Amino acid sequence: MATTYEKIATTTLSSSTATITFSSISSAYTDLRLVLTATASGGTKFLKFNSSATGYSNTYILGDGSSATSGRSTSYPRLDLNSQDSGSSTPSLDTVDIFSYAGSTYKTCLIESSHDLNGSGQVMREVGLWSNTAAITQIDLSVAGNTWSTGTTATLYGILKA
Amino acid sequence: MLNTVLGSFSSGVAASTSSYESIATGTGTGLSATISFTSIPSTYKHLQIRGIAKDTFANSNVFGMYVTFNSDTGSNYASHRLGGDGASTYANGYATQTSIELRSYSVGNSATNIMGVSIMDVIDYASTSKYKTLRSAGGVDKNGSGNIELCSGLWQNTAAITRIDLVTSGTLWSSSTTFALYGIKG
Repeated sequence: MATTYEKIATTTLSSSTATITFSSISSAYTDLRLVLTATASGGTKFLKFNSSATGYSNTYILGDGSSATSGRSTSYPRLDLNSQDSGSSTPSLDTVDIFSYAGSTYKTCLIESSHDLNGSGQVMREVGLWSNTAAITQIDLSVAGNTWSTGTTATLYGILKA
Repeated sequence: MLNTVLGSFSSGVAASTSSYESIATGTGTGLSATISFTSIPSTYKHLQIRGIAKDTFANSNVFGMYVTFNSDTGSNYASHRLGGDGASTYANGYATQTSIELRSYSVGNSATNIMGVSIMDVIDYASTSKYKTLRSAGGVDKNGSGNIELCSGLWQNTAAITRIDLVTSGTLWSSSTTFALYGIKG
């Protein structure tokens, strides 16, 4: 039996890579938590579930050091982790909590993105939706128009309820 | 007045060797507005509640919930929140309340396949010398509408928390609702 909070897999890149993939994800847990510490030479970070390019939406609040804003996307082909380009040397931190990922309803997640560049940066909280009832068995992490840099680390955890 | 019949619970799991353990899970019944965690042991440093929630109300509105500790319904609570609805942000705070109100944590039953989600941390819950603070994040996205919210809450009482009640701001917790309580070791 799976333990309550368990690391499923982790990846630290030894070379630049377009997509980080967690595949064949077991349905043995209740929730998933993805932790990403990433650098890239530009581009918005995003994820997709089960290689699907349809059915994503989100609602977010974002602070950039001078103002707070709220926005959303609807019927989008991917789920963005934030709207800011990834830095080339200063890593960003993203956590994605995916609730009832193996359940029969649409899949909802809470996302926290943090990125400070000593004079600029963003902090963001987001609720994301994948309008699909399939169990999530694969997560792909990519950077729009770019690649993840060497040293980028992604870890997937499984969380089990009583 | 809200229905205060308790939700049902599944059984606990054996303690793991990790520092994050499942204590109990409360599940909505469709008959009660309250899900309660009782007899919470003081053997952890912090608590976390992870929720996926829906209300039985026959619309697709976003709902919240009221949190109380140890059955205290006195005016001993306060809260602050920051949120967004996809178009604008809001921030507010309330003092001397009879509960901690968390908004944007659930959705009405007409929102097919949509659930509200949340993560709540209760910090140093077993202390007998400090007031108790929680922080939480919750949200609902409905592909074109929805809310995201961050909240801090205060209970001005130094007693160790042994009971947590979660009361929907809608009508009743749907049977698809689950709140899972975890203990985090110090």
